[in-house]
Amino acid sequence: MPEARRALKDILAGGIFVVLGIAFAAGALAYDIGSPTRMGPGYVPLVLGGLLAGLGLLVIAKGFVAGEGDAIGDVDWRAVVLVTAGLLFFGLTVRGLGVVGALFGASLLAALARSQTSLREALVIAAGLTALSVVIFIFALQLRLPLVGSWIPV
Amino acid sequence: MELFGNLGLGLETALSPENLLFCFIGVVLGTAVGVLPGIGPTATIALLLPITFTFEPVSALIMLAGIYYGAQYGGSTTAILINLPGETSAAVTAIDGHEMARKGRAGPALAAAAIASFVAGTVATVVLVLFAPPLAGVALTFGSPEFFSLVVLGLIASIALARGSTVKALGMIVLGLLFGTIGQDIYTGTPRFTFGVRELFEGINFVSVAVGMFGVAEILKNLEDEQTRKLVTKKISGLWPTREDFRRMAAPIARGTALGSALGILPGAGHVLASFGAYAIEKRVSKRKEEFGHGAIEAVASPEAANNAAAQTSFIPLLTLGLPPHPVMALMLGAFIIHGITPGPNVINDEPALFWGLIVSMWIGNLFLVLLNLPLIGIWVRMLTIPYKILFPAIIAFSAIGTFSLGLNAWHVFAIAFFGVLGYALIKLGCEPAPLLLGFVLGPLLEDHLRRSLIISRGDLSIFISRPVSAVLLTMAVTAIVIAVLPTIRRKREVVFKEEEI
Repeated sequence: MPEARRALKDILAGGIFVVLGIAFAAGALAYDIGSPTRMGPGYVPLVLGGLLAGLGLLVIAKGFVAGEGDAIGDVDWRAVVLVTAGLLFFGLTVRGLGVVGALFGASLLAALARSQTSLREALVIAAGLTALSVVIFIFALQLRLPLVGSWIPV
Repeated sequence: MELFGNLGLGLETALSPENLLFCFIGVVLGTAVGVLPGIGPTATIALLLPITFTFEPVSALIMLAGIYYGAQYGGSTTAILINLPGETSAAVTAIDGHEMARKGRAGPALAAAAIASFVAGTVATVVLVLFAPPLAGVALTFGSPEFFSLVVLGLIASIALARGSTVKALGMIVLGLLFGTIGQDIYTGTPRFTFGVRELFEGINFVSVAVGMFGVAEILKNLEDEQTRKLVTKKISGLWPTREDFRRMAAPIARGTALGSALGILPGAGHVLASFGAYAIEKRVSKRKEEFGHGAIEAVASPEAANNAAAQTSFIPLLTLGLPPHPVMALMLGAFIIHGITPGPNVINDEPALFWGLIVSMWIGNLFLVLLNLPLIGIWVRMLTIPYKILFPAIIAFSAIGTFSLGLNAWHVFAIAFFGVLGYALIKLGCEPAPLLLGFVLGPLLEDHLRRSLIISRGDLSIFISRPVSAVLLTMAVTAIVIAVLPTIRRKREVVFKEEEI
């Protein structure tokens, strides 16, 4: 399996292109395609989706002929999951909990993404960052965001 | 002369107290992010864009521009002091600059970088003043077919100079173009790829894409293995270069400035290429080749001049053609559009105060940087001690609240997470994020000009080759692809970028 391993990076990258290209092209078929003279909303995405899938196949083919060789390296899944979770938490709770709660949760999750950071440290970092962000964005820049959201009865 | 009238107008705009203040804030923030490894100017400008919404357009652009060239400056500080270039373009500076620091000559190295950058910035501003108006004049005659071909050329040329696989880079451009189609179609109003989510009708915000691909993805990569940073010198003494140093610096600064001014106009990583090229040239012409790699002041001065000159002249294609040569300019393009100004040949006539004010502010900003960087070097050094464990959650928190404030739209925040993970995966698989962002920003423009051109020609694609200017631009685009794919040139290109790893 040495060849396949050497090509792995290119196969995966090409695979992402192919999948996304086909997804966009297929999605575009649901819209009016139109003609070159009067292009519908689906025309350009259809062409580009096809082009991307084609380029993806080319990347895969190139991987087999002359793969880049170097390993992909480890993925820090803890970081990926917690950073994503932090951002999603903010988006989902900013209206309900308000800026303070959403920011605290988001920066706590993000701080924990680094495995060497202890929970205690993360709590301190999150509290500090929340205070700093509120000062910068709400007081200094006057963003009109509710500090406390609708879920919390005052 | 008209030129002096224009510069007078520019001075008047740039010297207004509030614009001076924003210019100052911009260069300070820029230097700070340039110093801090792990957050680059693209992510910072994206993070700070939402803040500038309430400013006057000219103030916002002056500040954002300041962040950009300030970061070029700051990047060299970390390169010299801890051998960790804050910016890619400062990577060559690290080679000899850090050697100088280890030999106790950190002061002269920092001063050489600052002086070289200032001289280069001044000259490049003059280049901008001289070349922008005629180029804008040419672009004024362009119709939709010409603009379509110009955007195609810009996108393709941006990857000809980039490192890594050309096919992957092309794929990233197309992927960016596709993400750019999300949202309501401009002609029919049909929502595309929105899955019925109302919040996506306005499309994905470019700030989310930039923060995700350049900020979050970078964080995920950094968390894999955290580098420990070691300061070489806590105390920097003897800042001023000797007379001998000055004598040795003069010609390299001039050469670096010339090279940088020329390469900055090119799409792609012009400023990175400029600093690497400048290093190579100095090494070739120097009588003291053996000193290179062991702390030659020429090898600090020339690349620094080159990258700062290139940073400045890369505004030319943006201001005259509306074509961003690299991701930071793509964000500037977005900033212009947010303020209701379409960058391109009309800016110079429709918004003369903004155009000339921005240019003059760059010179003032460079002056601030010299005054700021040398005396305040101690503060910048202290910034390096901010631990990453605090820095990266801060970036996440600021990007969440900043992007949310764009339109109080939570989907902008979700998009950061999406592009962060996608960007991390693609970067790990050997794809560069820059072409995707360029494609994303230019996508709607490309589609608009394509559809308009084909309405003019009644669906006949030959309109792009029957119009001479368009034909020339497309020929150049094809040539750029051929050059990028040709094996011999490829290899040379790899060599140029290889030195970065040293």
